[in-house]
Amino acid sequence: MINVMKPGLLSTIQDLGRYGYQKYGVIVSGSMDPLAHKISNLLVGNDENEATLEMTLMGPMLEFRETALISICGGDLSPTIDGKPVPLRRSLLIKAGSVLKFGACKSGCRSYLAIAGGFNVATVMNSKSTYVRAGIGGLNGRSLKEGDNLEPGTIKKESENIIEYLLPFLEDNDFTEIDWSISSEFISAYHQKKTIRVIPGTEYDLFSPESREHFFNKAFKVSAQSDRMGYRLEGPSLHLEKDFDMISEAVAFGTIQVPSNGKPIVLLADRQTTGGYPRIGQIASVDLPLIAQAKPGEELIFTMISHEKAQELYIDRERQLRHLKQGVALKFNS
Amino acid sequence: MNYSLRPLGDHAIVIQLGNSIQQETHEMVKVVSTFFETRTIEWLVEIIPAFTTVTLYYDPIKIIESHKPFQNTLPYKIVCSEIEYMLSQLTIGEQSDSRIVDIPVCYGGEFGPDLEEVANHNHISTEEVIAKHSNGDYLVYMIGFAPGFPYIGGMSPDIATPRRESPRLKIPAGSVGIAGEQTGVYPIETPGGWQLIGRTPLKLFKPNNDDSPSLLKAGDRIRFNPISFEEYKALEEEQ
Repeated sequence: MINVMKPGLLSTIQDLGRYGYQKYGVIVSGSMDPLAHKISNLLVGNDENEATLEMTLMGPMLEFRETALISICGGDLSPTIDGKPVPLRRSLLIKAGSVLKFGACKSGCRSYLAIAGGFNVATVMNSKSTYVRAGIGGLNGRSLKEGDNLEPGTIKKESENIIEYLLPFLEDNDFTEIDWSISSEFISAYHQKKTIRVIPGTEYDLFSPESREHFFNKAFKVSAQSDRMGYRLEGPSLHLEKDFDMISEAVAFGTIQVPSNGKPIVLLADRQTTGGYPRIGQIASVDLPLIAQAKPGEELIFTMISHEKAQELYIDRERQLRHLKQGVALKFNS
Repeated sequence: MNYSLRPLGDHAIVIQLGNSIQQETHEMVKVVSTFFETRTIEWLVEIIPAFTTVTLYYDPIKIIESHKPFQNTLPYKIVCSEIEYMLSQLTIGEQSDSRIVDIPVCYGGEFGPDLEEVANHNHISTEEVIAKHSNGDYLVYMIGFAPGFPYIGGMSPDIATPRRESPRLKIPAGSVGIAGEQTGVYPIETPGGWQLIGRTPLKLFKPNNDDSPSLLKAGDRIRFNPISFEEYKALEEEQ
């Protein structure tokens, strides 16, 4: 069991989303950074969709009452265990009684804590994701509070193998870690300059030539009015060449809508299911982690990518993840 | 059947069935979404019907895995050709009848603080507003925007009223409102600018009902039935 000593700014349980209910208007939710989410799970032997704890900007303080296999991925919120710095993107065994605490936000803005077995919370409409606005999923439909207790779920064989491997090294330490970490290809997402690849949106051609040029060449700033539902962007105003009567239809994670005030909005994990504003672009799935890790005030540059190329890159990344999964399994099975 | 296909990002495809909000287009949307819903398709994640489109979310990896000989073909291309093949088999006309859902509404008073405003705007009495609102031939075109939120057509233009100048910060769940020529019901408490004329005790969004968390679905016909405050209270307790 994990006791929440301090909840942090916004810490919620998320899996990869609540799919299958959008026709009823039910918001998908799920992790803002699906890549960090998946890697954190793979490192502890979980399925990649298992529920993790998504922590935003200011992380929580957690007391582990039992020894547990964990990993922390995504943004660097300076995690420490009993005062000692903890490496990111590694499998760690944390000893019962230790306190995991987060500090300053050094890079990115969302970090993912995976625990072997995932978090044991109710499944609502096929998902453990928290959607705070409707109060569903996760821990009673809300973010963590001081005094909450989190229970891990049932551990799989894959996790047991990792625990067995690490246990002898734990001895007198508060935690122990594996001596390898994952390929830098996965890590680059959090350090490179925020150039985000975008597929021209359905209504792209209806924007004025000037707006189209500005969209792909000028910098946009993430405004303070940004949350899990969407990021409002500040920058050049974008306008249609002439009025156009949009009819509402489905929107997706990474859809960039432009309301009549000309300020683009990027739709994220807690987006509404349908939208009625012209769509100037759609962020390539592989670059969703970049936007999810952007903080208010940060600058973004959009570059054009074809829909075909975006899909190829997504497939390449999923293949890399599969290799990573096999790699983790091989290391602990031998 | 006339339709066109286009991508929505790298995980979804849009089947466009028309260009304006019309009952015939709506019928086609219903036929096509029912068609995909009643089939087992490995790569299909979910279906989102809207006014003129049906959007299919798909899993590109599952497509590659189930089409090994076409490993180098883009998943989107495979999805396009499968949809074209499937839609060529679709026969139109086996449409099932629409459901009729009764929505009891307690009009006016604390539940409908803008009823007078709507009456004044249209130069009619509040009784006439209620009579016209509860006498419409309503069709749920789509559910979207928020959990269980219906986009409804069929309101009398005689009671059309612009949105409030300053939106309310909190509108209680079940509130029935008018915005321009639209009418609708708020399923969950949200901020909003609609003119509120009444409230229903029915729950439009039921998160604990995994099979159908939304009371309404696209294609439903609905009737608003006026009820008294006492009837409202009694129905509310039953819920």
